[in-house]
Order: sequence, then C-alpha cells, then structure tokens
Amino acid sequence: MRIMQANNFSPARWASRLFTVLLSLAISASAQDWIRTGTGLGIERVRLAAPDFAASTKDPQNPDLLKVFNDTLWNDLDSAGIFDMVSKSFYPLAVPGNPPDVRFDAWNSPPPNASMLAFGNLGASGNNLTVQGWLYDVKNITSPQVLGKQYTDAATADAARRTAHKFADEIIFRLGGGIAGIAESQIFFVRAGGRGNKEIWAMDYDGANQHQITHLGTISLSPRISPDGTRLAFSSLTKSGWDILMYSMDLNRLLSFPRYGGTNLSPSWSPDGARLAFSSSRSGDPEIYIVDQSGANLKRLTVSKMPDVSPVWNRKTGAQIAWVSGRTDLPQIYTMESDGTNIQKMTDQGYAVSPAWSPNGQFLVFSWIRHYGPGAPGAEDIYIMDIASKQWVQLTHDGGRNDFPSWSPDGRHIVFQSSRSGGEQIWTMLADGSNQKELTSGGSNTQPNWSWK
Amino acid sequence: MKQQRLKWITLMFTLGAVLFLGACHKKTPPPPPPPPPPAAAPTASLSANPNTVEKGQSTTLSWETSNATDVSIDGIGAVQPSGSQQVTPADSTTYTLTAKGAGGSQTATARVTVTTPPPPPPPAAGPTEEELFAQNVQDVYFDYDKADIRADQQTALQGNIAFLKQHPNIHFTVEGHCDERGSTEYNLGLGDNRANAVKNALTQGGVSAGNIKTISYGKEKPFCTESSEACWQQNRRGHFVYQK
Repeated sequence: MRIMQANNFSPARWASRLFTVLLSLAISASAQDWIRTGTGLGIERVRLAAPDFAASTKDPQNPDLLKVFNDTLWNDLDSAGIFDMVSKSFYPLAVPGNPPDVRFDAWNSPPPNASMLAFGNLGASGNNLTVQGWLYDVKNITSPQVLGKQYTDAATADAARRTAHKFADEIIFRLGGGIAGIAESQIFFVRAGGRGNKEIWAMDYDGANQHQITHLGTISLSPRISPDGTRLAFSSLTKSGWDILMYSMDLNRLLSFPRYGGTNLSPSWSPDGARLAFSSSRSGDPEIYIVDQSGANLKRLTVSKMPDVSPVWNRKTGAQIAWVSGRTDLPQIYTMESDGTNIQKMTDQGYAVSPAWSPNGQFLVFSWIRHYGPGAPGAEDIYIMDIASKQWVQLTHDGGRNDFPSWSPDGRHIVFQSSRSGGEQIWTMLADGSNQKELTSGGSNTQPNWSWK
Repeated sequence: MKQQRLKWITLMFTLGAVLFLGACHKKTPPPPPPPPPPAAAPTASLSANPNTVEKGQSTTLSWETSNATDVSIDGIGAVQPSGSQQVTPADSTTYTLTAKGAGGSQTATARVTVTTPPPPPPPAAGPTEEELFAQNVQDVYFDYDKADIRADQQTALQGNIAFLKQHPNIHFTVEGHCDERGSTEYNLGLGDNRANAVKNALTQGGVSAGNIKTISYGKEKPFCTESSEACWQQNRRGHFVYQK
C-alpha cells in the first residue's frame, strides 16, 4: 500500500519498502503457524474415516434417526479442526456396524488410507434409542480399539443429535490432545424482533435448536453466560435506563440485581464466576467497574473521558482485563490488571472494538477497521493478536462488517457476527480463519457469546 | 248370442278407451298466456345540504323517487315521492329513505354530521409549555465519534438555555444518538457521552440539573436509516424530549 502511494520514486526508498513488504509477509506466514500451535489446531491432522452408522433393529423410525445422527456426527468431526476427514467416496462398499465387520486392509490402505475409523450402529425400539459407537486405530490391527461407547436415550431426533454430539466429543477428546470437544456447547445471541425490540436467544454450537430465552419486549444486548452455565448477564433498556440484568437458566426467570444508575453495558464474567466487569456511566462518563457476582462491592477501575466499554477478563488467569477506550480519539483495545493498574495500549490505529480473550490466555481477538479515514477501504474485520508480542493476523477477508468475536471453550473456534451475506448473521470459523460457516439466516442476529463448556 | 254381444261391447269399450286415452296423450296443452311486463324497479335518492352542521342548527333533506308507491324516511315517517324537509338532528345521524313499489324496494341514505362547537378559549391562555418547548428547543448535532459541543451548535444550545431558564418547571430528557457505523456497545457509550455533554452545557448555563434526564440510544433508534453522510449527521445528536 505504501509503495502505491509513493509519488517521488527513489531506488533506495523503493528497495527499503520492498524489504519491508517481504519482511511483513514473512512475519505473517510464521504468524499463521503461531495461531495454529497456540490454538491447538495443529499442523498434522489425524486422518479419520466416519462411515454412516448401521441400523441395529427393524424399527421404522431408524432411517430418520440415522440421518440426523450421521449428519450431526460428520459435521461435528469435520468442524473440529483437528481431523483430515476421509471423503465418503473412498469408503469400501461394505461399511461396518459392529467390530467383527471391520476389514482393516480396506480402511488402512489407499484410497481411504485412514488412521482412525469411527463406526457403529443405531437402533430404535419403541420409545428407546440405543447407539453403539467405536473408534478404531486401523493401523494397529492387534489392539485397535481406542473407544467403545453405548448410549441409550429417547427415540427422538433431538436425542439422536444429542447422542451424536456426545460421541463426537469423546472422539475429539481422545484424539485432540485431551481438550474437551465443543459439540454440546451453546451460543447465546441477540435476535431483532418486531417494533425494534431485541431479545436474547440461544442455539447449539452448530446452529441447530435456536430458541428464545428472554421475552422482555424491549432492547436487550450483550448476553454473557456464566462459566458454570447457570446465569446469563446482559444489558437491557429498562424504565430507568440501561441496566445489567441477571437471568437464571435454571429457574427461567430474572434474578434481582442492583441498578447502578446511568448507562450500564457489556457485562463480563471472571473465569471463576465470582465477579463481573462492566461499563457504567453512573459517574457521568462510561467507565469500567468490577463487582461481585451478587452485585455488591462495586469498584471503579478506569478514569478517562470518552467511552470505556466492553471489558473482558483474561480467561486463563482472571488477573487482567482487556477493554475498549476512546481516551485517545477513535476507540482502541487496552489491557490492565484487574485492579486498574498497568494500562497497556494494544492497538494504535483505526477503530478497534469488541475484544475477546482466548481460553488459554494467550490471544485477543477483536474487530478492527484498521485502515480508517478518508479514502481508506474501511473494511471491518476480525483480527487475532498474540498478547505478548502484539503480533496480529487478519482472520476475515470476505467483506461486510465483522464484529463481536467470541471464543469456543476449546479455543479452536471463534463465533462472530458478519453482514457479508446481507443482514447481520452469526458465523463460526476455526481460530486460524479457515472453515467459515453461517449459522443463522433471516432477520438480524448479532452479538454471539459462546458458552464456557 | 248373448255372449257374443257381451264380447262386442267389451271390444268396443276397450277400443273406445284406447282411442280416448290415445287422444288424451296426443293432446298438446294450450300455450301459456304471455307474462305481464315486469313492473319497473323503484329508484330513490336522498341528500342533505349542508351535510355537516353545528349542534342546534338545521339542514335540508331532499329526496326523489320514481316507480314507488310507498316512500318513508326513518325517524320522519311516510313522505311524498319527492320533496324536501328541514331537520335538526341532535347528534350525527344517518337518514335512510325506503321507496317501495310494485317492482321491489330501494333505499338511499344521507349522513348528517353534527359537530360540537369548540369551547370558548380560556381567557388570555397562550400555547402550552409543551408546545413552547417544541417550538423553541433545538436538538444539538455532533461530529463523527465526538461528544464535544461543536462551535456551530452554540447558537442552538444558548437558545435552549435561555428558554429553559425562563421555564424552570419544564422537565425533559436529552437522548444521545449515534450513526450506524461502529460497534453497538461503543456507540451506547458514545451516546451517553453526548447526552451528558449537552446536560453539562445546560447546567453550566444555569438550567437546573434536577430537570434533566439523560439516556443513550447508541445506534438503536436512528432518525434516518440510509448509509449516507447526510443521514449519519441526522443520527449524531442530542435529542430533546419534553417530559409530561
């Protein structure tokens, strides 16, 4: 970009700029490696075959339940980011439903050339569903079994999907370095309704099972689920202004929580669930506060003009907070200790908002209009930054406004909102920017927040 | 001989019966008489002039019918086939005329609206405080990502201060609004800064802080929804709302 703007050509300057460009390319190439290593995505992916499960009974419900189960299991494994899924077109004609059916040479040599084989059977019997699943190391013929599981549940599509998520998570846990899978995790988000209202909704991590949580008939924003999944904090426009509200996921109703006065926004849970950080303008200017989970012991952390909003805790240590401040003009990302000391500016150009701290404590992701100003392209994209080195890499490149990133519990995925398909919708991607998928469609769906487990 | 005669009589009788029944069967009925020409359907029209009167005043109903033998108006009774009559309805009334004749019946309606004269204005009362507020208080506009009062907004702001100091009983809300660009959360913070910047300028000018509420709407309730600078400028404002 700089070369394009140079209007007086000089060979020395040209050479030095070319060097700068090459250096930055080299840095970004190695940066891609640190993302993969740091997020546990790895470079070497396990080559996994997952043939459709077989029917184990003659029940007429089997074909529908098998379709749900097989589609869900395949999508979970394919989305995990740690497998090289063997295409189904390479599979032998006879797929195994039980261990004696496995022909090792048909799987462990080309064309499938699989290292691992996930297989099993499913059968409905009246109201009950039984699923048996195995994971075989097909290169280890003498002792192939890595996993053997049996599940019983109701003979419903929801139960078939749930069982597929459980089996997928077992496989991902065994083959993914002991990090629990995310197939049973939830994503909370904001859906716009009629008359300008916005309510909080939730869905499974793959976009299935979208359902409404709040029915407040006002504007509710910034849902943040507690680490144990029992409470949902969010900001809502009440009769007295913007207040932090607390909703019990167990009781399905609002809990009492103090009203602090002023505009109260963007709550965030500490990783131990004991405290919340949020933005309040109770002093007349939006500042970052922390408070006990009960709402007691309010403590102010920042003192500056212009907005201080969107705090997030270091998910690993709980000892630092990253947030957005307009103290030097356009909003930038900062970090500080959770007592308000040691303020560090993490971005120094453009318009940077919506930080999210990775589960391993190593990275921030955020939304950045990096080239900001007259004549600049002004694209708003998701970036990942290594906090120690402040090196960053752009993760989205497909247009639209991309905002509100949130990490999956395993740190391998990021959910975010994007306008690239027209309206605002919720997307996921792997933490290296690959495998971007749209989870919602129609209307306006924003501000996704991934559960902690 | 006697038996042969009986046979003969029987045969003749049978023959006669056959001839009679056959003739009967073949007989065509006489053509029906031509139907009488249908009676012409009645027509009717009804109008009121004027059709809006103040309470206590009268209006004239006029009607015309044809082919009717029996004409009546609800609330008046039987009337001539055509004519007019003055009426003084107490409330708004829909008059219905029914014209009946050999050819059927026909109705026509006319609506008379009765208005209540406005009460005499209270002596020496000017516009209400709410009306004065709407006429005199102007919104304050901001630059992109800024919450300080622009020099070109000082005239509006000083006018607001002068008016609000003359009307110390007026309570109002200053709403902080932002354009669609940027994040939802940051814009709610920015809108709060804008609302408070206006409030601070008003209180420094002598307006009572107790009369002023603030709220930020960020980019949640835009005045204008196009993606253009003209529209964005409309949305970057401190909006004054009278509190009843």
